[in-house]
Amino acid sequence: MRLNKIFKNTLLVLAACLVLSACATKKEVATDIQGQMQGDVYTGTDTVEYLADGVPDRVFFATNESILTTASRETLRAQAAWLRKNPNINVVLEGHADERGTREYNLALGERRANAAKDYLMTYGISSDRITVLSYGKERPVDSGSNPLAWSKNRRSVTVKAN
Amino acid sequence: MTKKILILLFMLIPINANALIEVDITRGNLNPLPLAVSPLSIDEESRKGFEKILKKENIGSEISNIVENNLRTSGLFNPLDKKAFLQAPDIANLKPRFEDWNLIKAQALITGKVNYVDDKLRVEFRLWDVLAAKEMMALAFTTVPNNWRRVGHIISDKVYERLTGEKGYFDTRIIYVSEEGPKTQRIKKLAIMDQDGANNKFLTLGNELVLTPRFNPASQMVTYLSYFKNMPRVYLLDIETGTQEVVGDFPGMTFAPRFSPDGKKIIMSFAKDGKSDIYTMDLENRIVEKITNHPSIDTSPSYSPDGKYITFNSDRSGYQQIYVMKNDGSDVKRISFGNGLYGTPVWSPRGDLIAFTKLHKGKFYIGVMRTDGSGERLLTENYYQEAPSWSPNGRVLIFYRETKTNSKGEGFSAKLWSIDLTGYNERQIKTPTDASDPSWSSLLSN
Repeated sequence: MRLNKIFKNTLLVLAACLVLSACATKKEVATDIQGQMQGDVYTGTDTVEYLADGVPDRVFFATNESILTTASRETLRAQAAWLRKNPNINVVLEGHADERGTREYNLALGERRANAAKDYLMTYGISSDRITVLSYGKERPVDSGSNPLAWSKNRRSVTVKAN
Repeated sequence: MTKKILILLFMLIPINANALIEVDITRGNLNPLPLAVSPLSIDEESRKGFEKILKKENIGSEISNIVENNLRTSGLFNPLDKKAFLQAPDIANLKPRFEDWNLIKAQALITGKVNYVDDKLRVEFRLWDVLAAKEMMALAFTTVPNNWRRVGHIISDKVYERLTGEKGYFDTRIIYVSEEGPKTQRIKKLAIMDQDGANNKFLTLGNELVLTPRFNPASQMVTYLSYFKNMPRVYLLDIETGTQEVVGDFPGMTFAPRFSPDGKKIIMSFAKDGKSDIYTMDLENRIVEKITNHPSIDTSPSYSPDGKYITFNSDRSGYQQIYVMKNDGSDVKRISFGNGLYGTPVWSPRGDLIAFTKLHKGKFYIGVMRTDGSGERLLTENYYQEAPSWSPNGRVLIFYRETKTNSKGEGFSAKLWSIDLTGYNERQIKTPTDASDPSWSSLLSN
């Protein structure tokens, strides 16, 4: 009976693995089950700060990607609305990469991520004059861990008030 | 470090015998050549003279130690224990008793003499072939006493060159980024040291983030990336005067700088609107040229030693790969086709190879390939390592390695390492703080 239970659990884990395409290790599955990552994009709120009520300050990216997820676009629309309401506020978009890449490429990747966010804010009516882009590459991680969850938190673009 | 400090008076005694000893440096050397570095002899008056100025009890022994250490770390030589030496240094320098040196299995012998002459340091040294019982080389230098470490490095270079047939790399310096503090808030400073780790000096204070310093192959200038005023830009630093100036003041981030082989241009990336392209700037007339024009990320450019080609990193195929093009940006060819991602290509000073970083299945490798991408060879595998820089003779690569942190995010470190082109002789280079982004200078003398 006990064996049967273990067998069932194993099946469950296996099933979870099949569902999640980016399943590399059991640990990764575990973090996924906690609902903090989708694929390898961070979906948790651990590190997120708020520019205003309901306006998260950051969006997250998949490894080597600068594509905005549905959640990221929602965050950026909230930021755009907040910026429209506060026309005197300018922002710096700080682009970051995780530690699993070469330094120079990561500088460029951080810049590309911050620009993806900038472009989206601009399509929602925010003037490029109000936005500065600054890439930190992998120089300023928020999580110093060496694991997929930490890396997912570090692949980000953070909107910071400039004034 | 100005030119005037090294007054080299090369005299000397012609070499009349062909070398019988040959050290093959093209293969991994598992049997380093046994040799004896006899301490440089010194008379009592000179010894006292130097003790007063340099605070070193016996400068002759100190210089020999430098030579011994250099030759050992090259991995090609095995300096024998001095306790086994039978002949006194002064007599050995006059006329070695080859049977004695043969007995302790030394195949080569280095002897010499130090004198204090007119407030100067005069050093002569001789290299002997023990088996053939012949002198292979004899040289003498005169310089200011403070240069004593460099004298040790120059002797090492001469010995290396005589025994391997290739120029040495000991009279060189390494510029790197010193790192301190927690991983999330690293304090980074430019630092410089001799190739053997001596004379470490910090060049910036750590007030702003600095990255990727690179030597000018033709002078003691350095180019690097600084976040001064939160504007990441390429800067130029004169190590001798400490003067800094921005050279990549474009409307966006400039990064990944390197000098052209003649030292007259800086090649770098300029990132704007999510695209990074490669540009050059002529340092004399400040004329800027755009070399690549592609919506992808083009970065980490490095010239071939003849200046005719540029290798660089681009993700135009979808992922980071290595490319080669002509120096005007034409004729772009992808050269990396193995599994994984490729970055940080650096052209060997010998022209025949490109060193790179490769990421494959969660591991980082330092490797080399021919300039057409054939003959890929991975030298070392680790959790994280990147940014190889060549020794000026193209025989050794220096790079940095980072450690994995534990589940609490502790245990992070960054250190400099070197490895021979053969894949042997992997060594950590000691630095006072954590370190990354090393760049090797050209030979300071000759």
